[in-house]
Amino acid sequence: MKPDTPALFTETALVRRKYRQETVAKWVFFVMAAAMIIPLLLIVGYLMVKAAPSLTLGFLLDVPVRGMTEGGIWPAFVGTIYLVFISLAISAPIGILAAVYLNEYARDNWFNRVINLAVINLAGVPSIVHALFGLGAFVYAARFGYSILSASLTLAIMTLPVIVASTREALASVPRSFREACWNVGATRWQTIRAVVLPNSISGILTGVILQVSRAAGETAPIMFTGAVFYKAIEKGDLFAYGLHEQCMALSMHLYTISTQVPGVKESIPYATAVVLLGSVLLVNAAAIALRVYMRSRTKW
Amino acid sequence: MTRPKHVEVRDLRLAYGTKEVIHGITFDIHRHEILGVIGPAQSGKTSLLRCLNRTIDFTPEAHVSGIVKVDGEEVRRTRDVYGLRRKIGMVAPLPVGLPISIYDNVAFAPRCAGMSRKADLDAIVEQCLRQAALWEEVKDRLSSLGTKLSGGQQQRLTIARALSHQPEILCLDEFSIAIDPVTTMRIEDVLKELRSHMTVILVTNLTQQARRLADRTMFLWNGDIIELDSNAVIFSDTPKDRRTHDYVNGIFG
Ligand SMILES: Nc1ncnc2c1ncn2[C@@H]1O[C@H](COP(=O)(O)OP(=O)(O)OP(=O)(O)O)[C@@H](O)[C@H]1O
Ligand SMILES: [Mg+2]
Repeated sequence: MKPDTPALFTETALVRRKYRQETVAKWVFFVMAAAMIIPLLLIVGYLMVKAAPSLTLGFLLDVPVRGMTEGGIWPAFVGTIYLVFISLAISAPIGILAAVYLNEYARDNWFNRVINLAVINLAGVPSIVHALFGLGAFVYAARFGYSILSASLTLAIMTLPVIVASTREALASVPRSFREACWNVGATRWQTIRAVVLPNSISGILTGVILQVSRAAGETAPIMFTGAVFYKAIEKGDLFAYGLHEQCMALSMHLYTISTQVPGVKESIPYATAVVLLGSVLLVNAAAIALRVYMRSRTKW
Repeated sequence: MTRPKHVEVRDLRLAYGTKEVIHGITFDIHRHEILGVIGPAQSGKTSLLRCLNRTIDFTPEAHVSGIVKVDGEEVRRTRDVYGLRRKIGMVAPLPVGLPISIYDNVAFAPRCAGMSRKADLDAIVEQCLRQAALWEEVKDRLSSLGTKLSGGQQQRLTIARALSHQPEILCLDEFSIAIDPVTTMRIEDVLKELRSHMTVILVTNLTQQARRLADRTMFLWNGDIIELDSNAVIFSDTPKDRRTHDYVNGIFG
């Protein structure tokens, strides 16, 4: 070693600048990330304060009274549950199976490229267009009329491409070397999928599906065109209030109605409705996160 | 003396897209011999193995032509490709423990082939893990995950898996890169035993390993067979081709 070589860890100007940059960069990124919390806190806080006078269990379980200016939101709450469940019951199996095909079986030929293109473009269709399509296809052409069925089918088509995309992502996160190891010992693709691919992507797949709950619950246009009504008289607290071919109320639609269409609504009611909508969605999302954390705690590689 | 042919390869060509990586090679592998395959990186050794068990099918841009026969049956015409793959045990260069239990790792192939009796599976699992020199280390934790083993253990698990469907031909693709020398030696001993009832194709970057184990050795270079002969010739001072001599003696440039 030459005697004038600097010792290894002396602090040169270069090193000091590097550290300073590192600190600045880290803080800039951190502040931006932390800023994400602010809108959520503001929204939730604002809603809670405004909604406070109406936030009781009774509000959830009661039916609206006096021309929807007072009372609760039960019919709309149940309606939303119906729409979300039925639409996802349709779109989740189809979307997941389609994604398995696209990710595990499909060769790179023109037909599969067309499918891919269709999925991508379907995801980009605005919800109002879905609404119009649902009106034409399900309400009129298929003669389902304005009904829960038509509305759910419309929502299903709307959520389908996103479920396909998220499922494919989950499947793609399973390393290819696992599949090759299975193929090498003479396993078919299906045996490989069942033994190795699905068990290791199921949490990601379910998370993707659950996140679509919030979309299905929140959209107004598609259901307004196809099966949601302003008002429907049902029993207070009745869970099985609607039939498939009936119309229903829904939270998103109800919120729109009482905020803009009905005069003289008690001021806190729209906010309380929004709290219920947001609360349900956040609850479901929290479930998705919990599921993911649980599954990750048992990751296998 | 003509020994029975186990694998026949005639004018095999392989291209990925437009890039040809195997340029029409022809050779035979005899029943119950160990064939060493040596050659520098990128010479097409792994690709050649993938043509044998047809996992090359999973690479859509690969085009294969020529004839590969295993047991006299042309692999590209076979009706039962899964049966073909079970006939050929394949050990890939990188260790892969599947994210299922160690037991299931080894029992997977027999189960795929339709075996379900617990006693049969138990016997196979133990036998294969012993052959792969892994049994003593894992016999008390067969239900823990294959992915949680160390790299070298996973490599031996891969070997156990390749033996689990009782192949007639065992392809080892640089099996020892993740394994310590002592264990390597133990597995090499196992290979020598397996030779009595198995044909072994040993792809290796360690020319000494081919010299120790193989009956004949093939020198593959840039997708061409430079020389294929008994070890006595390949590793002598006077192989037929100068390049073989240079490569084997590490003066390849
Ligand atoms: N899936 C693939 N797609 C395109 N080219 C490939 C693919 N696999 C291998 N190749 C190319 O084929 C040639 C031969 O590769 P191969 O893996 O068979 O060589 P190898 O002899 O096994 O090398 P190594 O000793 O490094 O393992 C290389 O040039 C490689 O780039
Ligand atoms: Mg290789």
